[in-house]
Amino acid sequence: MSATAQSESLRQWLESDAPQSRRQAVYGNVWRGFLAFVKNPAALAGLIIIGFLIFVAAAAPLLSFGHSPYEQDLTHRLAAPNVTHWFGTDELGRDIFSRVVYGARVTLTIVFLVSVVVAPIGLAVGTLAGFLGGAVDVVLMRITDIFLAFPRLVLALAFAAALGPGIENAVIAISLTAWPPYARIARAETATIAKSDFISAVTLQGASTARILLKHIVPLCLSSVIVRLTLDMAGIILTAAGLGFLGLGAQPPTAEWGAMVSAGREVILDQWWVATVPGIAIFIVSLGFNLLGDGLRDVFDPKSSS
Amino acid sequence: MAVAVPTPPDGSKLEEGQATQFSTLSPGQRAAGTFKRFGLFLATLVITFVGLTAITFFIGRFIPVDPVLAVVGDHANHDVYEKTRLAMGLDRSIPVQYLLYLKKVLSGDLGESVMTSKPVLSDLLAFFPATFELATLATIIGVLVGVPVGVWAGASKGRWPDHLVRVIGLFGYSTPVFWMGLVALFIFYGKLGWVGGTGRLDVGYDDIVSPVTGVLLIDSAMQGQWEIFRNALSHLILPGLILAYFSLAYIARMTRSFMIEQLSQEYVTAALVKGRSFWGAVWHHAFPNIMVPLITVIGLSYASLLEGAVLTETVFAWPGLGRYITQSLFNADMNAVLGGTLVVGAVFIGINAFSDFLYKVVDPRLRNS
Repeated sequence: MSATAQSESLRQWLESDAPQSRRQAVYGNVWRGFLAFVKNPAALAGLIIIGFLIFVAAAAPLLSFGHSPYEQDLTHRLAAPNVTHWFGTDELGRDIFSRVVYGARVTLTIVFLVSVVVAPIGLAVGTLAGFLGGAVDVVLMRITDIFLAFPRLVLALAFAAALGPGIENAVIAISLTAWPPYARIARAETATIAKSDFISAVTLQGASTARILLKHIVPLCLSSVIVRLTLDMAGIILTAAGLGFLGLGAQPPTAEWGAMVSAGREVILDQWWVATVPGIAIFIVSLGFNLLGDGLRDVFDPKSSS
Repeated sequence: MAVAVPTPPDGSKLEEGQATQFSTLSPGQRAAGTFKRFGLFLATLVITFVGLTAITFFIGRFIPVDPVLAVVGDHANHDVYEKTRLAMGLDRSIPVQYLLYLKKVLSGDLGESVMTSKPVLSDLLAFFPATFELATLATIIGVLVGVPVGVWAGASKGRWPDHLVRVIGLFGYSTPVFWMGLVALFIFYGKLGWVGGTGRLDVGYDDIVSPVTGVLLIDSAMQGQWEIFRNALSHLILPGLILAYFSLAYIARMTRSFMIEQLSQEYVTAALVKGRSFWGAVWHHAFPNIMVPLITVIGLSYASLLEGAVLTETVFAWPGLGRYITQSLFNADMNAVLGGTLVVGAVFIGINAFSDFLYKVVDPRLRNS
């Protein structure tokens, strides 16, 4: 069989209306989602930006071309962008380009850590409330509503101030204020799923609550949670950068974009590049997550696309 | 924002195209419904506020800073330390300590600021007008520009005004506000010299206008100090416009989606078929129906500006609540930080809950449900 014929039959297998196996159904779904996603140029641009961010973070030592993000050179401080220092140097003579490149690692770390903290908390609270109902539901959702009503930045600020500055504490501070929407989503999904026949079937077979939640309900809530997480990620990055800007995020000499903007604040009128360049990096990455999130929402949840 | 489909009192589902029955309840019953809703609103508000105090208490109680040492200083001897500790009630159980804290907060006692050595509450009152001035100007611009742009975008779905609103929104949701402030300061103050720099006034103008309302534009106008009025405006305009952009992005996007929802309704088609011009139908038929949800959106946007002002105020050295909180942070002045958090949080919660309540009371479809 020729290569084209082979890919043609693979395509038919994926796009089949009557999948023969569970595996074929799953792959078919993924394939259709992928097709819808690729048709959306904005979403694709978002995906490329995030892919690029991951690449830059992974290849940071190579991409900084011999410059260290921490090496100070006080004779060349605040140099304008030139051939050796593409984005110029900061107040300690450090190469801004390599600091921006290494900053991608910090941003990715924050994104990753907030996701692994927020999603499980939201899923646990939401699925328990939705599945158990009754008093548990009322109490858990009331707590969620209280947290939802709080001003997020100010509260994150107070938490970060109390816990002390640092990336881990910034992540905790952001997560403490970011989980409520996930609990709400998970609860709404669970409430519908719990009424399905297949849940009654596994209940009759004697499955425990934990098993039903973990094996049957959580996997079905996951896609909504991931879409929402992508949509929120820009806000999380901006909050983290804001904390960094106020000196409550990553501590010197870590190359964190928000803190780098803050360092350039004093010299903004004369050496504009010190504050401007890291800010553009924050903007591009936030834009990437926003585009990707919008696209994912349109693919996975056509109802809510406006 | 999803609006619940109204259901007649007998529980039957409304058929498509069937007229919605609004007034099946007597005026007395409706007043009772509004009253009940108001009670619910107050109860929600109280519970949320108690939750907020619980969190500020928790933060204040478990920070690594010893609260006694913060009062007596490092060099106090053991007796003084113990006395102060007992006087502060730190030997009591945590719930009792929380109740004592709540009692203090409710009587307006937020402790004393280490930085200014004044009561935190009077500090906050002194700093509030600057934030109020900034957030109000931003919201006014946001509404004046955002609503027409949003209506325009919603009425031209899929064409360029629609894409424009989407791009404005994307930029708004992706730009770090503190960075935008710095860049604007660099361009419009540093390079072009169009506006005043940081702070509320140039140095020479300080303390000429006696504070009446604390809002400089009003005070200087009342006292006929037009030079100061102009100077204050030139300082206000840049941070005001930057915050206004974020408010505008949100308001325009929400207006757009409300508008699209209304324009797809049959009453709009009916008006068009009867010969109403398109823009006539947009402004005279659809627009009045989006005004209620818009009030809520404007309320939410105003509340988030009060909070969003924290970073902008820091960049522009604007002496408002946000800067007060961040300055206190740097001085490890926890009373001031927590007091500020509490007050900003309470105002935020209050405005949000009130807009939500207003929405439910004013919208006749939700009133009877």
